[in-house]
Amino acid sequence: MIATELIEEAAYNLMFNASIRIPSDYENGVIGMAENEQGELSAFVLESMLQNWQAAREDNRPMCADTGLPRFYVKAGNEAQLAGGFVALEEALRSATARATHDVPLRPNRVHPLTRQDNNNNVGIRAPEIDYSFEPAADWLELTTVHKGGLFGTDYRMLFPGDGIDGIKRFFLDTMIAFGKRGLACQPAIVGVGLGGSKDTCMVLGKQAACLRVVGDRNPDPEIAQLEEELKELGNRIGMGAMGFAGTSMVLDCHIEVGYTHTGGMPMSVHSFCLSSRRATARILADGRVQYRSDPRWFTDFMRRNSLSWQAANEHLKQSG
Amino acid sequence: MASGKRTLETIRLNAPVDPSRLADLQIGTVVYLDGVLYTGREGVYKRIIEDGETPPVPLEAISNVNFHCSPAAAVDDHGGYKIGGVTATASFRFAKWLPQWFAQTGCKVIIGKGGMSSADYREIFVPAGAVYLTTVGYGTGALLGRGIKAVQSVYWLEELGIAQAMWVLRLENFGPLLVESDLQGNSLFEQANAHINRNIEQLYAGLKAPALGRFGETVDKKDELV
Repeated sequence: MIATELIEEAAYNLMFNASIRIPSDYENGVIGMAENEQGELSAFVLESMLQNWQAAREDNRPMCADTGLPRFYVKAGNEAQLAGGFVALEEALRSATARATHDVPLRPNRVHPLTRQDNNNNVGIRAPEIDYSFEPAADWLELTTVHKGGLFGTDYRMLFPGDGIDGIKRFFLDTMIAFGKRGLACQPAIVGVGLGGSKDTCMVLGKQAACLRVVGDRNPDPEIAQLEEELKELGNRIGMGAMGFAGTSMVLDCHIEVGYTHTGGMPMSVHSFCLSSRRATARILADGRVQYRSDPRWFTDFMRRNSLSWQAANEHLKQSG
Repeated sequence: MASGKRTLETIRLNAPVDPSRLADLQIGTVVYLDGVLYTGREGVYKRIIEDGETPPVPLEAISNVNFHCSPAAAVDDHGGYKIGGVTATASFRFAKWLPQWFAQTGCKVIIGKGGMSSADYREIFVPAGAVYLTTVGYGTGALLGRGIKAVQSVYWLEELGIAQAMWVLRLENFGPLLVESDLQGNSLFEQANAHINRNIEQLYAGLKAPALGRFGETVDKKDELV
């Protein structure tokens, strides 16, 4: 039985880890980009960011003052048992968000969309968002927090099957150029692309692809993996670097997630994570131990639903038919 | 490492900034600030300019540097303030308030994110003798946070909340910042955009347009959206 207090403490620690410590996959990627960047100003920006992350670690202060919209992704083992169930879990995540906002401190970003009323703790109506996934044959609970800015760098478009890869590339370029100028998208970033599903799942897939997969990770489908490489290369060929200055540092990596979609459509979303990609994960084991890491490992086979019992379903149809 | 950093000129200035020193600021120069600045964004602008409220303190006596920012700050148990990180918010949204802001406060330096449009520099900044410094990254929150030595005071915290309140901050080696627009209204981002625009047609060459178009306010990829 996993205690609520343990969940609250882990979530509180994650808020510190995410806001202060840049994930190593991301930092190493930017070090590589800084070495190759020929644009003088773009290179200066990347070097400043590397110094910034060092300063954040040394001083224990947030790497970016825009908290973004702090949120949680929860992966529960199918056999996990939570004291108080998921209602208690949600209370714990809200409490941890409010406490950490004061203690880190984080900027209280969350306001009512109309009245702009601010509880000064990043908690409010539907805030923080809490999303769930599950894992077979596991009794642990995993929490991931993501702090992502949200004003620029994201778009959605309904494309059609005949638009093909050209349509995907065009919309990718459109989004990179529209939000890359002046660096509004805070590039270079991990860019997530959602393809398929319905409109809402398409947006979710792109967002999760950007925020919950690490630099260097590839989609297990070789064709999709190749498209990830192509879009990354295309983005870095725009001629735009950090802050929109001349350069090649635009897309640190590109991750694509797909979902089966309407036979007539090919919806697409594009999401740029921040230059300060803030994510942190904890696995809480059934015996109470907590393991921290920066790779969310969110997209498992089960999560992608690409290993379900198709075979069995077909067999069943054949037998009954 | 790339060679960029060695070749950019770096200047250290004291705030409030002596207007005679603004002429030294060429676009692309790296700036570090000492002294005092205040934060102000839509909440503050709206109160003072649209609602006609008197500023909580005579701004021209404090500083002529306005930072488009809200700090990651918290009120501690002793009524003091703890500042963690500091980063700017995108400035283009505030253009409509700036002509009156410059006239009313004597502000000469705006610090923010992303700069303003060329027209804003030409029509608002140049006549006011003001320059624009952009933060770097974006999101050197920890470096800028280090450069804040103390919260001198904070106004309208109750009314506007932590994010929108007016913070008066004492600085030491606060940076890096880049000169985005100079006294003539030249813009570093405009230079970058012109460079990028030269390649855009080639990028799209051979990619057929989608079957269904979209309503939009521009179809020219070279246009700026701010």
